[in-house]
Amino acid sequence: MSNRSSLGSKLIAAPYIVWAMLFIIAPLIFVVYYSFTNADGNFTLANMAELGKCAPTFLRSIGFGIVATLICLVIAFPLAYIISQKTDKVQRTLVMLVMLPMWMSFLIRTYSWMALLQDTGIINSFITKLGLDPVHMINTPGAVILGMVYNFLPYMIMPIYSVMAKLDYSMVEACQDLGGNRLTVIRKCIIPMSMPGVVSGITMVFVPSVSTFYISQKLGGGSFDLIGDVIERQFQQSYNYNLGAAISLVLMVLILICMAVMNRFTEDEEGMVI
Amino acid sequence: MKKVVALLLALAAVMLPAFSGFAAEADEIEALRGTTLYVYNWGEYISDGSDDSLDVIKEFENRYGITVVYDTFDNNETMYSKLKSGGVAYDIVIPSDYMIERMISEDMLEKIDFSNIPNYQYIPEKYRSLSYDPKNEYSVPYTVGMVGLIYNTEMVSEAPTSWNALWDKNYTGGILMFNNPRDAFAIAQSILGMDYNMQSEASWKVAAELLKEQKIVSPTYVSDEVFNMMESGEAAFAPYYAGDFLSMQENNPALALVYPEEGVNFFVDAMCILKGSKNKRAAELFIDYMLDPEIALANAEYICYASPHTGVYNNPEYTYYQNEILYPEEGKFKTQNFLNLKPETLALMSTLWDDVKNHIPNTDSSNYDFFFGDGELGNAEGTVMTPEAWSYVIYIGIFVAICLAYVLFRYARKKYREKV
Repeated sequence: MSNRSSLGSKLIAAPYIVWAMLFIIAPLIFVVYYSFTNADGNFTLANMAELGKCAPTFLRSIGFGIVATLICLVIAFPLAYIISQKTDKVQRTLVMLVMLPMWMSFLIRTYSWMALLQDTGIINSFITKLGLDPVHMINTPGAVILGMVYNFLPYMIMPIYSVMAKLDYSMVEACQDLGGNRLTVIRKCIIPMSMPGVVSGITMVFVPSVSTFYISQKLGGGSFDLIGDVIERQFQQSYNYNLGAAISLVLMVLILICMAVMNRFTEDEEGMVI
Repeated sequence: MKKVVALLLALAAVMLPAFSGFAAEADEIEALRGTTLYVYNWGEYISDGSDDSLDVIKEFENRYGITVVYDTFDNNETMYSKLKSGGVAYDIVIPSDYMIERMISEDMLEKIDFSNIPNYQYIPEKYRSLSYDPKNEYSVPYTVGMVGLIYNTEMVSEAPTSWNALWDKNYTGGILMFNNPRDAFAIAQSILGMDYNMQSEASWKVAAELLKEQKIVSPTYVSDEVFNMMESGEAAFAPYYAGDFLSMQENNPALALVYPEEGVNFFVDAMCILKGSKNKRAAELFIDYMLDPEIALANAEYICYASPHTGVYNNPEYTYYQNEILYPEEGKFKTQNFLNLKPETLALMSTLWDDVKNHIPNTDSSNYDFFFGDGELGNAEGTVMTPEAWSYVIYIGIFVAICLAYVLFRYARKKYREKV
């Protein structure tokens, strides 16, 4: 009996295992292979040595990623809390509103931010109509971070919200019974219990923010690179797969380290998510 | 009577091969019916039936019964990497000159049988056997063009004459620049009076320094966003292809174009057949069809690029007949074309381009003010770690330190509570 069920479960899992082998494991092997070989396929560490040059770009990407993630967290946490306090019907509508922008292509949404932020764009023409001086917004780090926050905010709201919606309210009541005021309830009860959602939200925002290239190209005007731009250029323009793979590999390792650190954060809480 | 018969017979004898030749060719074309042809072209680079133009692809399909699968790319390098990585099989591809040379040298192109392309007669001698295909075996020119300096007459009072306008501090923030290394370097090389195809490492570095200097005016690096940004009056200057300028000018009449005195890039995009094409005869038929005067005219009208086709540029009905921008007097200014660069030079160019893109100029009018306000972001020559990079190290360091402190605090509190 148990044999049959394990065979059955294997069969059910087979399509995913094949998928994972083909599209997750095999590409990873290629990335590692390319990053340690040169154009002729011989083993070399030259790609890794060349990475030193990208250090400022790495730092900039990680810096932007952290800032964008923190802003997302600050916006998303109260919002998710407010949504979870509403009635079911209102909750459904609000969640749909959060998801609504994602029905449209990410590329188009970023492109329309260009039209909004330009010096002669919609926001600035409004400001000049009011008789104020136009503000230079496009092609600045601020614009890039804005683009990241805008695009990835739903990925922060959703996990936090889904944890909060299922919170055990007897805990909150117990907290109130013991004389906790609203602030104490949030600090001692809601925040610790929603930590798993926060952690997965942080991962889901931080990882794409660090590796994005489209946002920085369109909203940053291409005048400063993020690491994603460098990788894209190696593959698309320079045809230097080896260096591109090496940068990707290091980026992956860096993200893994960040995630491991994140997990340590919550180890004594509800346990690990991700 | 006998004589007449003999004459007729002789005539028949002469005509027969010709007729049968025609018949054979017609049969050959008939046999292609139902096959598929894969075409890989630049985006927006064929008359597609919009705005009452002729739908060239559909017309070809109707005329010959060959299905066309049509894909587009947005730059030569993307096209090259896609073909090189395998997984795609096209019959026809339309790259630019230097890329054709590279593809010939890497044995990626098939020789064209010009006897199957009678319309090749319309291509004049000056567009045949150009440097990228000296023996004229692999390519048939499709469009030609030049890079010019586009400016907005409402924002720029005096017409620029030099590429130096792109370095003018008075227009900081209003300058656009090519977001691809080859075209960007060509501008710097024009200013410095260098050859676009130079080999010397030192010269490339000098050109890169000039491009780094340009960062003081905070150029925006664009590809096809240039249309939107020039038409809306967002930017004052942009280097771009003369043909595209004409479509921009239709939407914003305040735009003008000059060919700077230092010289400009002259390019040819040509149709080629890829090695391994499974439908070579249909590919040749397609090339011949594209050279048909009527079709070539429709394409030239739609694309707005200059045409190397005598049936187009000598046709008084052509919208851009004797247009000064597309067909300037020959020899009026210097032109240079791109040749294929050696792999080392290409690698050097991309490394230098990475450096240019990452260069932070030493200025207090930098964009960074918006976010990092302090304006302390100078540049220390020769080191990788710019002050900007160090500031990130400090920020990230502080962040990590706070996180660590918090973890330690929790740990200590837990221990303390366990003790109590």
